[in-house]
Amino acid sequence: MKSFDRIVLALLTLGIAAGVSGQELTGTLKKIKDTGTITIGYRDASIPFSYLDDSQKPIGYSMDLCYKIVDAVKAQLKLPDLKVALQPVTSATRIPLIANGTVDMECGSTTNNLERQQQVSFVVTTFVTANRLMSKAKNKIVNLEDLKGKTLVSTSGTSNLKQVTELNGTKNLGINIVAASDHPAAFQMVESDRAAAFAMDDILLYSLVAQSKNPADYYISTVQLSTEPYGIIVRKGDPDFKKVADGAITAVMKSGEINKIYAKWFLSPIPPKNGNLNVPMSDALKKVVANPTDSGDPASYK
Amino acid sequence: MNYNWNWGIFWQAAPGGQGTYAQALLSGLMFTLAVGLLAWIMALILGSIVGTVRTTPSKWAVRIGNGYVELFRNIPLLVQMYMWYFVIPEFLPGPIGSYIKSMPNEPFVTAVICLGFFTSARVAEQVRAGINSLPRGQSMAGTAMGLTPTQTYMKVILPQAFRIIIPPMTSEFLNVIKNSSVALYIGVMELTAQARSMQEFSFQVFEAFSAATLLYVAINVIVLNLMRFIENRTRVPGLIAVGGAKIAGH
Repeated sequence: MKSFDRIVLALLTLGIAAGVSGQELTGTLKKIKDTGTITIGYRDASIPFSYLDDSQKPIGYSMDLCYKIVDAVKAQLKLPDLKVALQPVTSATRIPLIANGTVDMECGSTTNNLERQQQVSFVVTTFVTANRLMSKAKNKIVNLEDLKGKTLVSTSGTSNLKQVTELNGTKNLGINIVAASDHPAAFQMVESDRAAAFAMDDILLYSLVAQSKNPADYYISTVQLSTEPYGIIVRKGDPDFKKVADGAITAVMKSGEINKIYAKWFLSPIPPKNGNLNVPMSDALKKVVANPTDSGDPASYK
Repeated sequence: MNYNWNWGIFWQAAPGGQGTYAQALLSGLMFTLAVGLLAWIMALILGSIVGTVRTTPSKWAVRIGNGYVELFRNIPLLVQMYMWYFVIPEFLPGPIGSYIKSMPNEPFVTAVICLGFFTSARVAEQVRAGINSLPRGQSMAGTAMGLTPTQTYMKVILPQAFRIIIPPMTSEFLNVIKNSSVALYIGVMELTAQARSMQEFSFQVFEAFSAATLLYVAINVIVLNLMRFIENRTRVPGLIAVGGAKIAGH
């Protein structure tokens, strides 16, 4: 019996030692260790979060933050030569590609909400935006109520479209709401006077206006219809990888490095046209920086 | 695969307060059918005329017909959709342009017109091929019997040609329904658009597109059987056999 005890003890010690020196890797971390590669999913035109520059290289605010996660994974797995593979994704392909393991994290401008959390996990929120209305400056639409009997456009499949449709129904506003296939198409509807206003995340509105032929022609309302936290997506049910990713983003926020990265993309000229979005950090985002959270409930950002 | 299947998603309320996701997909199906069928009617009429004109002796009519077919056949459908929606209204005189742009169902109308013209070019090509596949003796016999060229076409050539081209026309009919999905790019909330929006809201991408796939298959099976029924009902005993004998070396 004594020798049996000793074996058990030895095994236990070994187990603890293994636990301390190198954790038993599972999920995404194991996959990254085995393949020596981490795959980032990027968007091709989500300015300034994740988009292609002149040389077709994905850049942006979310990309910079994702590279911080890559650095943390390198340190964690002691893999200085970790290769980064870049995979373009669209709103339709990001979930299948994350689910089947092609992409390890999506770095774009994806709204974190409770419904989506049933399918994927969100890393700590990296940006907070709001649903607002953009119109021609000569019409100056402030409230949804100003749109009675007029046409309002939003992009199909967005939480913005969902929200205005609900408000239109519950408040009985009588707005004719139409869906455009993507953001530029929706913007064009306002530009060509097909729609009086465009409901969208304000940060996307700012960037669309900044790129337009005549930015002074457009007005973005001060009234905020909703709060939309953006986050990087990772596979659900993989707490080890999420912990590394959360840790990396939290460290960037705590160290104040976030301010530098923020300023680079939102307060300075950015490629490809060297326009400056000039959007100071919102109070909601400042709150997240002070107390990082991955909540998908808009109420926790007020 | 790390995916959380949830087939119950169809019975959950879709955003917008207009019912469940299943109802949203069905409303998409209705738009798909409406765009597809209206465009198909338009394509049949225009395509038959243009295809017939291309077999007439008039050189100029043939040239115009050929130009029409090449124009609509050689430009990608998506590009045509954008042209009809974004470019053409800007070139119309001011008031007409703004009237068109303020029509409430403009994307739908534009989609039907665009898809109708696109498909009509393909129908025209089939009709021309059908007419040309007939032995030349058919029209000569018509003339010999004292029929006018119009009568020859109406009573001899076209009834045979249309019977011959039913199988390729079935393909075109199936295509017009599938091609109607391109209308989502100008904001028509048809079946594919509804499936896309469902996956964006719920992130249940496989359920959304599985449902859309099944619905497309269902429509196409119906179309297929309808066309088979028409083919059987209109069959003239011996007609196709004549074609067969010709191939065998008449």
